[in-house]
Amino acid sequence: MRRNPSPVRSHPARQRRSVILTVVMVLFVIYSLLPLAWLVVSSTKTQNDLLSSFGLFPSGPFAFFDNVKQTLTHDNGIFLRWFGNTLLYVIAGAGGATLLAALGGYGLAKFSFPGKRIVFAIILGAIAIPGTALAVPTFLMFSRLGLTNTVWAVIIPSLVSPFGLYLVWVYAGEAIPTELMEAARMDGAGEVRIFFTISLRLLAPGVATVGLFAIVATWNNYFLPLIMLSDPDLYPLTIGLQLWNSQGAGIGAQPIFNLVITGALLTIIPILLAFLFMQRYWQSGLSAGSVKQ
Amino acid sequence: MWFLVPFLLVFAVTILAPVIYAVGLSLFRDRLVGGISFVGFDNYAQAFTDEKFHEGLLRVCAFLVVQVPVMLVLALVAALAIDSGRLAGASFYRVAVFVPYAVPGVVAVLMWSFLYSDRFGLAGNLNDLLGFDLLKPLADEWILPSIGNIVTWEYVGYNMLIFYSALRTIPEELYEAAAVDGAGPLRVVGSIKLPALRGAIVIATIFSIIGSFQLFNEPNILRSSAPGLIPTYFTPNMYAFNLSFLGQQANYAATLAIIMGVVTAVIAYIVQVRGSRQETQ
Repeated sequence: MRRNPSPVRSHPARQRRSVILTVVMVLFVIYSLLPLAWLVVSSTKTQNDLLSSFGLFPSGPFAFFDNVKQTLTHDNGIFLRWFGNTLLYVIAGAGGATLLAALGGYGLAKFSFPGKRIVFAIILGAIAIPGTALAVPTFLMFSRLGLTNTVWAVIIPSLVSPFGLYLVWVYAGEAIPTELMEAARMDGAGEVRIFFTISLRLLAPGVATVGLFAIVATWNNYFLPLIMLSDPDLYPLTIGLQLWNSQGAGIGAQPIFNLVITGALLTIIPILLAFLFMQRYWQSGLSAGSVKQ
Repeated sequence: MWFLVPFLLVFAVTILAPVIYAVGLSLFRDRLVGGISFVGFDNYAQAFTDEKFHEGLLRVCAFLVVQVPVMLVLALVAALAIDSGRLAGASFYRVAVFVPYAVPGVVAVLMWSFLYSDRFGLAGNLNDLLGFDLLKPLADEWILPSIGNIVTWEYVGYNMLIFYSALRTIPEELYEAAAVDGAGPLRVVGSIKLPALRGAIVIATIFSIIGSFQLFNEPNILRSSAPGLIPTYFTPNMYAFNLSFLGQQANYAATLAIIMGVVTAVIAYIVQVRGSRQETQ
């Protein structure tokens, strides 16, 4: 396994740049970024200009700040409320999922106990269960328990990430020398202390990867809150945006597409920044996971 | 093993319990007259003759057969190009292609449905420019490819990254040996890179298949832009969702969820067994 986040591989004899590959990749980048460019340009337009101008060119008055202001204040600032809800679901859900995966993956990798193989088989099998197939039964069960339409209905199912557990398990097997744990035990350190003072530090890149993907999964979560929540005050951003968008569809409706577009832009900026700033972590963590497939 | 206990507790509540509960539900039926009664496998028999369910299942299969190979080949090309050492600024391409993965699915579909729209999207702009309707992404015959394009856009970068990470683990000595043997770049791709990618390709294929069978978000959100084109049973997942939330048929919805879970698991298993068998040959 490579732990170096950005390994330098010297290609023999500095190969020439390839024109064909460059053209192919430029097309790729255009495809990937075009919708985002459209989103940024559109967020500067008023509702009227949206409908009447060419999508990729700015047109009419520069309405970006006005759009942001309207987005944040529309319907008594419900957008900010959705933003806060999303933050809550991300911190509690993704944070909890990462902690549970780190503890569990470490336990699987570094300790032997009866029934370990069965536990592992069940968890691997669970990766193959479609999340949305589970969502309907989970909803029915939660509604029996009276948990639907509460924040718990979104947080509790977000807490389990079998794939995250798998990633930490693979990572811990390689990154933590068993001798180091033995030595710490000889010194009289308890298991919990060993985990938090030694192991967690060595696991950091793997845990950061799991955490980042858990953050993306909860930030982008749509299906689970869609079925669990009916009170708009509990909605995360994704459901809220969809609500605004569908308001424009009905007959005689008052479309607020400029708010949908600006809200969408405001929704993706934090998550994109998180990804860009944590690049070195997720790239090294992912490569660790891919070695042991 | 105490480290595993918190995970297993939540796992039991959020995964095992719903699965068991769903199996239980699927064996009962709630009738207006007579209430809840045990019906054995009647719900499963109903699914076998349910044309709406079959239509949705066939649709996701058609989607899968086209979209998954297209997306994975694109991801493979991008990964090989970025890893080739023959691009200036390779890391920029890597990040740019990956960026859509971080965009929430809801936002991705909203953006594309605006772009698709002939009222004020790019499709409309282009048609106006040409003077006739070249692109009709939201027309009946194009709706499935249009959804495929959105899914490809969202996940091609993620798959590219999985392939790219696997390529970076190839030891440098192999390339040096190939250079000594005078192997050209295509030979290197064929005899070193592609074999090294086999495991990653199997994993990516399995995840993509699971994703296709679960298809829900994209068509469900597109429904607000094209309500007439996408029926409530467009995919099996949408059908199950609408049965339990609009139709109050929880038992039958649970049955469909179980069938889809089993079908997905079986296909994922076959892909994995076939993939690893070829590996050992």
